[in-house]
Amino acid sequence: MTTQHHDSSVYEQIRATDRFQELRRRYRSWAFPMTVAFLVWYLLYVVLSAFARDFMAIKVLGNINIALIFGLLQFVSTFAISWAYARHSAAKLDPLADELRGEIEKVEK
Amino acid sequence: MSHTTLATVLFLLFVVGTLGITFWASRQNKTAADYYAGGRSFSAAQNGLAIGGDYMSAASFLGIAGLIALYGYDGFLYSIGFLVAWLVALLLVAELMRNSGKYTMADVLAFRMSPRPVRTAAGVSTIVVSIFYLLAQMVGAGALVGLLLGITSDSGKALTIVGVGILMIVYVVVGGMKGTTWVQIVKAVLLMSGATLVTLLVLGKYGFNLSGLMGEAAEKSGKAAAFLEPGLRYGTEAQGIWGKFDLISLGLALVLGTAGLPHILIRFYTVPTAKDARKSVLWGIGIIGTFYLLTLVLGFGAAAMVGSDAIRAENPAGNTAAPQLALAIGEAIFGEVGGTILLAVIAAVAFATILAVVAGLTLASSSSFAHDLYAHVFKRGNVSEKQEILVARISAFVIGAVAIGLGILAQAQNVAFLVALAFAIAASGNLPAILYSLFWKRFNTSGAVASIYGGLGSALILVIFSPVVSGRPTSLIKDVDFHWFPMENPGLFSIPIGFLCGYIATRMSKEFNESKYAEMEVRSLTGVGAEKASSH
Repeated sequence: MTTQHHDSSVYEQIRATDRFQELRRRYRSWAFPMTVAFLVWYLLYVVLSAFARDFMAIKVLGNINIALIFGLLQFVSTFAISWAYARHSAAKLDPLADELRGEIEKVEK
Repeated sequence: MSHTTLATVLFLLFVVGTLGITFWASRQNKTAADYYAGGRSFSAAQNGLAIGGDYMSAASFLGIAGLIALYGYDGFLYSIGFLVAWLVALLLVAELMRNSGKYTMADVLAFRMSPRPVRTAAGVSTIVVSIFYLLAQMVGAGALVGLLLGITSDSGKALTIVGVGILMIVYVVVGGMKGTTWVQIVKAVLLMSGATLVTLLVLGKYGFNLSGLMGEAAEKSGKAAAFLEPGLRYGTEAQGIWGKFDLISLGLALVLGTAGLPHILIRFYTVPTAKDARKSVLWGIGIIGTFYLLTLVLGFGAAAMVGSDAIRAENPAGNTAAPQLALAIGEAIFGEVGGTILLAVIAAVAFATILAVVAGLTLASSSSFAHDLYAHVFKRGNVSEKQEILVARISAFVIGAVAIGLGILAQAQNVAFLVALAFAIAASGNLPAILYSLFWKRFNTSGAVASIYGGLGSALILVIFSPVVSGRPTSLIKDVDFHWFPMENPGLFSIPIGFLCGYIATRMSKEFNESKYAEMEVRSLTGVGAEKASSH
């Protein structure tokens, strides 16, 4: 085993610090609501595809109907959420995580 | 030169090239981390391509293009589920998993639990999911070869499956994760290039007017506007209310399955840090999303230029729509020779696709057998790295042989069904346990074991008693009817059952390890103590 095994109580101490709690809050308060949001948005699309076919069939432009636009919007939202998450984690999560990790590893040595 | 000769030559070039890479990689395989996780030294972009390579299977490329070509819009539903699913992996799983695991999915589940029961359950589930997925790809290889390489006899198909199986065993046994990852990268580049080329040619022919292309596809299909709307394949009005619930069940299985697929999860271990794992998923989402947009054009293009009658005549399930489109568009633009060349290129790409995916699956399941079941359950951790890797290689060989055998036996089965089933099983058996163990403090051994066996078992049982297995003209077993479950996809029931079993069993057990949870939380979010990349 190459991994260093810390005394468990060290982890409990770190977890109790304000900065770790802040990191956890920043991660969860972004990732959890966003997960609910994209799942609801996706399931809305699936449910409409099953039960609201007349609505999905409405033509908007030439042969482009609401079903196709709705589907393409799922692509757009997936790309947008990925991009937003990358920005959020680079700005809010990584610096704090790096800081905490650096300090813990320094104490180790 | 006929297209079959050219396709064979191109495919052999791919095989020779990737075998070269595999043997080169094998010389750098020194430690267990090299074999299982490619030394954790791939860059985010490389691993992103490899994620695309592992994910864009025969079902994605040939299956979805074929479904769109035959049933229009409904094929697109698959693409969307397969893509949105990556958000679950990105937001909830990839980074935390990279930080807290080592080689397999079970590493994360067993982190704060009693290791033997949890590893046994996770190992069983990994192998079951991988074998279903593997079977689908092997069957696809057998079905394709007749059309692409001109081999139509049963023995010829069986021989092809054996050939594909032997190659994948060599990749995995010799190259380990490093060799397999490079195979994925080469395949992803080839597949994206081939799909982009055909898409541009098709769009060019229709003056880059998507609406015009869709109009002609709808007209040629004989279904008129209905071809461009949901409902021709899934949840048709004739199937009644259960058909509609079946569509929702499929949608749920697709979106929740990805983050529970073992061969995808172990990809996160091949990069140095959690940040790289995140970036590689971002790359993966970009590549996979683009690819599914391309298949939309390929599918409608095949419907418009080849026509559903000609596609059905070659393959009733539509699996040959993309190669047939390559032939048609090549002929239309460059004449007969152009058509032959383009068909050969796409045929070779299709084989490379299948070969790479089966190698990834074999690696995931043999790693889990060696690391989880052999080293931790049978030997209780008293085993040297060298022995463990030897067992991993032997089990890759055995699993490969099993896949070859099942692939030959199951030749008549439907490919898309097997893949959707693998997703449903992964979403029911693996995802609840992964999410609970990452985020639910109270979660414990009983909960983990119950959610895996509960989800896995209910998914399998519901499928056995579904119309997929008996009771319909299209069922696997034709003469007897023992089905009572009305839907083809079990996800709508088996996924909640997986979550519920995990919840109830956790509440019923008193076991709870506060300090291990603290360790897991700190480690997963900060990366303290996470496995490092090897330095050579």
